[in-house]
Amino acid sequence: MSTSSTLNPRRATSEEVAKTIKRGGANWKPIAFQALLLILLSVSLLILIVLLADILVSAWPTFRDRGLSFITDGLSLNPETAGVWTAIVGSVIIAVVVAVLAFPVGIGAAIYLEEYAPNNSITRFVDTTVRNLAGVPSIVYGLLGLALFVPLVNIIGFGGATSGKNVVAAGITMAALVLPIVIITSAEAIRAVPNAIREAGYGVGATKWEVVKNHVMPVALPGVLTGTVLTLARAFGETAPLLVIGVATGFFAPAGDASFYDTLTGPYTALPVVVFSWTRQTQAEFAETLAPAAIVVLLVVLFILNGLAIWMRNRSDRKW
Amino acid sequence: MTDRIETHLGTTEEGQMAQEQANTSTTASDVAATSAEDSDAVRTSGGDPDDLNPVIIELENVNVYYDDFHAVSDVSLPIREREITAFIGPSGCGKSTVLRCLNRMNDLIESARVEGGVNYHGVDLYGPNIDPVEVRRRIGMVFQKPNPFPKSIYDNVAFGPKIAGYKGNMDDLVEQSLDRAALWDEVKDKLDESAYALSGGQQQRLCIARAIATSPDVVLMDEPASALDPIATLRIEELMYELKAEYTIIIVTHNMQQAGRVSDRTAFFSVDIQDDGERTGRLVEFSETATLFTTPEKQETEDYITGRFG
Amino acid sequence: MTTQPITAQELAGDPKRRRKETRVKAVFMVAGFTSIAISIAIIVSLAGEAWNFISQVELSALWTLGWFPRRGLYDIPTLVIATTIISIIAMIVAIPLGLGAAAYLAEYATPRARKWLKPTIEVLAGIPSVVLGFWALTFISPEIVQRIFTSSKPFTMLAAGLGVGVLITPLVATVSEDAMRAVPLSLREASYGLGANKATTVRKVVFPAAISGIVASLILALSRAIGETMIVFMAAGAVGGAIRTWNPLEPGQTMTAAIASLATGSDQVAGEGLAFQSLFFVGLLLFLLTLALNSISNRVVRKYRETY
Repeated sequence: MSTSSTLNPRRATSEEVAKTIKRGGANWKPIAFQALLLILLSVSLLILIVLLADILVSAWPTFRDRGLSFITDGLSLNPETAGVWTAIVGSVIIAVVVAVLAFPVGIGAAIYLEEYAPNNSITRFVDTTVRNLAGVPSIVYGLLGLALFVPLVNIIGFGGATSGKNVVAAGITMAALVLPIVIITSAEAIRAVPNAIREAGYGVGATKWEVVKNHVMPVALPGVLTGTVLTLARAFGETAPLLVIGVATGFFAPAGDASFYDTLTGPYTALPVVVFSWTRQTQAEFAETLAPAAIVVLLVVLFILNGLAIWMRNRSDRKW
Repeated sequence: MTDRIETHLGTTEEGQMAQEQANTSTTASDVAATSAEDSDAVRTSGGDPDDLNPVIIELENVNVYYDDFHAVSDVSLPIREREITAFIGPSGCGKSTVLRCLNRMNDLIESARVEGGVNYHGVDLYGPNIDPVEVRRRIGMVFQKPNPFPKSIYDNVAFGPKIAGYKGNMDDLVEQSLDRAALWDEVKDKLDESAYALSGGQQQRLCIARAIATSPDVVLMDEPASALDPIATLRIEELMYELKAEYTIIIVTHNMQQAGRVSDRTAFFSVDIQDDGERTGRLVEFSETATLFTTPEKQETEDYITGRFG
Repeated sequence: MTTQPITAQELAGDPKRRRKETRVKAVFMVAGFTSIAISIAIIVSLAGEAWNFISQVELSALWTLGWFPRRGLYDIPTLVIATTIISIIAMIVAIPLGLGAAAYLAEYATPRARKWLKPTIEVLAGIPSVVLGFWALTFISPEIVQRIFTSSKPFTMLAAGLGVGVLITPLVATVSEDAMRAVPLSLREASYGLGANKATTVRKVVFPAAISGIVASLILALSRAIGETMIVFMAAGAVGGAIRTWNPLEPGQTMTAAIASLATGSDQVAGEGLAFQSLFFVGLLLFLLTLALNSISNRVVRKYRETY
């Protein structure tokens, strides 16, 4: 039994060993720590539950009394007949413009950055720019739209009655807003494609484009689609930039026989904008039951899109 | 070290002979013995050039750099037609790097730079106006881990010819290629199934079928059996031996026994580690396989093959 | 088939195929550089009007006690203070909730529980800010803020800050959780091997090892809080203008809300005086501030990626 060296301590008795290695209530600290973390996680989830419950309860009378007509009715000053149809049309057109503009450009940019771009300072700069753009507050994109896209839409002849403050400008603005997200998610999906597949393609004498088109993109596609669907969800939920570029926050009457051109160039609104503008209405019904009902419609759309994305992601997991 | 090997030969073709050789001994286990006899003959006859197959690829002072890092130093060696040439050596000796120079796969690594000459049928592969895509069609490659495309067995084989603009009957070509890769009988009823449903060894033979479908004349194999079990490995080795009748094969291997079993000639690479930790590979010795394994010229080679190093 | 010698010409490849390759590459390159074009467009459009503003405005108007652009009072500190208060409140909510959730998910949750919990948190992250704005105004303000501080108004910076906190909590949780899971198992095993229990391992080994990722997530969340518009615009009140105040129980207007408010206040953004230009000046400040924060965060993230 050495007394001088701490490295060679007194031998423990078997009772002491048994006492320490047995599970016991003696040490409460680790349990308290775990409990604390669990509480914090539960609170986060509880907030979600309370939020959804509160909104569903508030929205219930609208759906009970109006049923589907709440969906199919357009804007109205009368809370009895006001519905979200006009807003759904606006949101869908914006989403289509986003899909047409941002998806090809964003996926193309991702292919360029991952497959073609040389590893030099210019590429790194482009990469950094994309990341920074993704962090720019959405309202700044609204200012960009106001300064650039609204006049641009006017110039190319889509100004119409709104002088460019229409759904076309809104779509372009949203496309610019989601573009960096499309690039980042697509680039991640492309990066996840095993290099062995590329090598196999090059090994049999394929050109870069042939490898990308035939082998990389088919494998990356589920991931890319997941990203684009989530992006669409983002575009559906954004409000602030639309406010800046002149979305209608009050009542307007879309003419029943409006041509497609008039629909594109006339005043418009979108689902989240309706939530906002009804919240501010002086008539209490709008804020108390119609706005939450519109939120439910918005969330249902987003849950469908998210579910689609998760489904796609799981499909891709199965393969790899 | 290369003084023993003539590097410039007439184009007189001895393929016929090689083919007969191949036919007379069909199992891999015979290979080492056969080549041992051959090489003895070559040595005693004083290296008569007529006994040797023509050179198809000639490396001249090849240096490979990754940015400033000197990965491979000054490799010169000839690759002869319808032979199996093995590259062996310890990890990091640059044997795979040299292999990838031969069909310009190194182009895909941006920082890689190749200096010196890689002459294929006398044409410098790194010369102006050479399309690496065309090079890779003629010099095929099989990789370390089986890497079939996530597509059907048929599409795996048909992809190369299709992009190369193959005009003939694709079904026949696929069948021939699979047949030559000794896979046809196992897969002929499930050509539409995913290549991933095959076993590892089958996948690797599919990759070989895919490589030969573009009718290359050289096939590079980068440790083709290292991810396979011994039985699958044996199948691949037998296959290589059969393919030698029509293709020039260069194989990188970690496995000295494998090099001894299948190859006609072996290049032994080693690595120099500088004071700053930089590792530069170099060619130590290149000769007939049997010679290299029985009476190596360099002490370094002997140390390696007897297991004293690496 | 191997006998014919090959000429350099044959190895030059199909010129048609090569031309196509070049064209395809050019197309992708153009796509790749659109992000640069958008960045330039943002900077130019913001800076142009911001310059018009700064060169015409009376500089003393930038330091008067209140933001009332339609009356020519452009007190920038009013907006900065409100932004600061709301961001601080949001971070007070998000740091414990987000990090606690992340640590539980990364270290304690069974794989099965994690499989359900993580997507649920991601759902919370996908809730549009206008929904949280509505909820902050109709639930957090009356049910929480006004219950605790009985005298407070319906529109308060506190309610907005809490709403923003709920918004950024999932962001903190998911990014931090990724950082904690990126800590190699070997580090944890080393800690257990020394006889440390799980709690000690999480606090003394995993947290420090993941700290740069955690910090990055917090900076990212702060940037998001500063850039958040709808919650503040709907729940913090002060539509049209705001007085400079540090009291979170008062209404307030952040930089973002000031822009939204000006843009929707009356029909025309191009209102009197320099109101229109002031939008872009505030936008430029906001842009630069969030850009700085995001750059720091990205740099930190890159650093921790390199470590492992």
